Amino acid sequence: MLGVNNIDVGYNKSRVIHDMSFKVNPEEILVIMGRNGMGKTTLLKSLIGILPSTSGSIKLGDQEIAGMDSYQRVRSGIGFVPQGRMIFPSLTVTENILSGARGNVAQSTWDEIYALFPVLHEMRKRKGGNLSGGQQQQLAIARALVANPKILILDEPTEGIQPSIIKDIGRALKEIRNMRKIAIIVTEQVVSFMMDVCDRVLVMERGRFIHEAYRDSLNSDKIKALLAV
Amino acid sequence: MFGYTWSELSSIFVMQSFSGFSLFSVLLLMALGLAIIFGQMGVVNLAHGEFMALGAYTVYLCSEIVHKHIPALAPYYFIVAIVAAFFAAGLVGLFVEWSLIRFLYKRPLDTLLATWGLSLIMQQAFRSIFGAREVTPTLPDWLMGSFKPSATIDIPINGVFVMGLTLLLTFGVWLFMFRSRTGLQMRATVQNRVMSGAVGINTKLVDRFTFSLGCGIAGVAGAAFTTIGSTGPDSGSRYIVDTFLVVVFGGTASLLGTVASAFGIAQSQSILEFFLKGTMGKVSVLTLIVIVLMIRPKGLFASKVRS
Repeated sequence: MLGVNNIDVGYNKSRVIHDMSFKVNPEEILVIMGRNGMGKTTLLKSLIGILPSTSGSIKLGDQEIAGMDSYQRVRSGIGFVPQGRMIFPSLTVTENILSGARGNVAQSTWDEIYALFPVLHEMRKRKGGNLSGGQQQQLAIARALVANPKILILDEPTEGIQPSIIKDIGRALKEIRNMRKIAIIVTEQVVSFMMDVCDRVLVMERGRFIHEAYRDSLNSDKIKALLAV
Repeated sequence: MFGYTWSELSSIFVMQSFSGFSLFSVLLLMALGLAIIFGQMGVVNLAHGEFMALGAYTVYLCSEIVHKHIPALAPYYFIVAIVAAFFAAGLVGLFVEWSLIRFLYKRPLDTLLATWGLSLIMQQAFRSIFGAREVTPTLPDWLMGSFKPSATIDIPINGVFVMGLTLLLTFGVWLFMFRSRTGLQMRATVQNRVMSGAVGINTKLVDRFTFSLGCGIAGVAGAAFTTIGSTGPDSGSRYIVDTFLVVVFGGTASLLGTVASAFGIAQSQSILEFFLKGTMGKVSVLTLIVIVLMIRPKGLFASKVRS
């Protein structure tokens, strides 16, 4: 599905991601864990093209996307939900969702989105900036989904969200994977959320992966120890 | 009152209100394009007035061509000329964005200097092509004259035409900005350029289109001005300060704010100028604007949502 090979990413001369390689399998939920400042957001920004990698290759299926602009990567099939949601505050909920769409949105897509996030239907005429943090997170996911991505990337979706909504987001991610048959990459720091949703986990430290585990061999204590929590 | 009879005073109010509506149309026509370029893109385009002049010269050219070569079309050419003015200014705007403006995003001071330079180049180009003297297109008969609803009230038809065109254009811009997918993409790009790219919007293309559209609307404004005044190489620069004033006072990213601002400034100026004389009327309006901007620095219609 997604193959990342030997990429370097950084800000000016400061390298944050070092010679990183990994792949994401179809219909897999991959969770990337790591403390603050370890390079999780930088990695995701390089995948979506906000901060292009300086070397290496990123392939979505057979298509090389490393040299593409962000919008081209989205049109190739990457959906992105950034840290802090970044919804468009002055656009309504419906307009926010439409901003991610190419062409007309099928009624079945609307139905699917509103089934996943019923609150968005209730608030469809409200401005995005007037929603709560949890509602904005749901809106950001809906906005990414409307473009029918092959892979969905979420940067710390539980950050600043109340516990009951975190459970809803975990449930929604699993439903999205099952319904759409797409792969999902999530960066996280919350171990319980990771345990809830992941098929595989990678632990990141200082721009490199230091640990990998599949769901059936997960040891939450070891992950916690690696995260020093 | 003020040495006038009630009948005279009511006629004065009607005429001054109409004069205010005319000024409102002019200000709004000028400000619509700038509200898109400055309000939506944050580009301080000091050459905006020259794009208006380009629209006016396009109408003049159309008038000359039609009256010399196909006089049978003279009664109808003006409508086509307005469309031509839109496309002429829009296409030049497209070229200017591609060749100059796109290198200056996030550099407002450089943009200011570059567009000022561009305005001088355009003025000289007008002077070289059309001469230093002001020109006036030959208007069709249906745009001339006036009608008199009463003995003391005289309403010019060209003023009514400009008002109608302003309303039509404002509605068109609103429809485009708030009911079309491209308008939605423009509004999204204004709010968060990086995130717009990350949801699949080609922001570079949106920038080019936005600038071009703003210039095209300036061209239509220029076309409308030919019905109420003549056009010279520096005609556009005379209006640029008032245009920025309208956009900033209304709130830079608000179409409704631009309309309200143009209406408020035009009516206040028109009525105050009659009772206080020209300069004092303008000074009073400017003072009022300064006070309002001190209280509401983002203008009359600033957005109130959490980011």
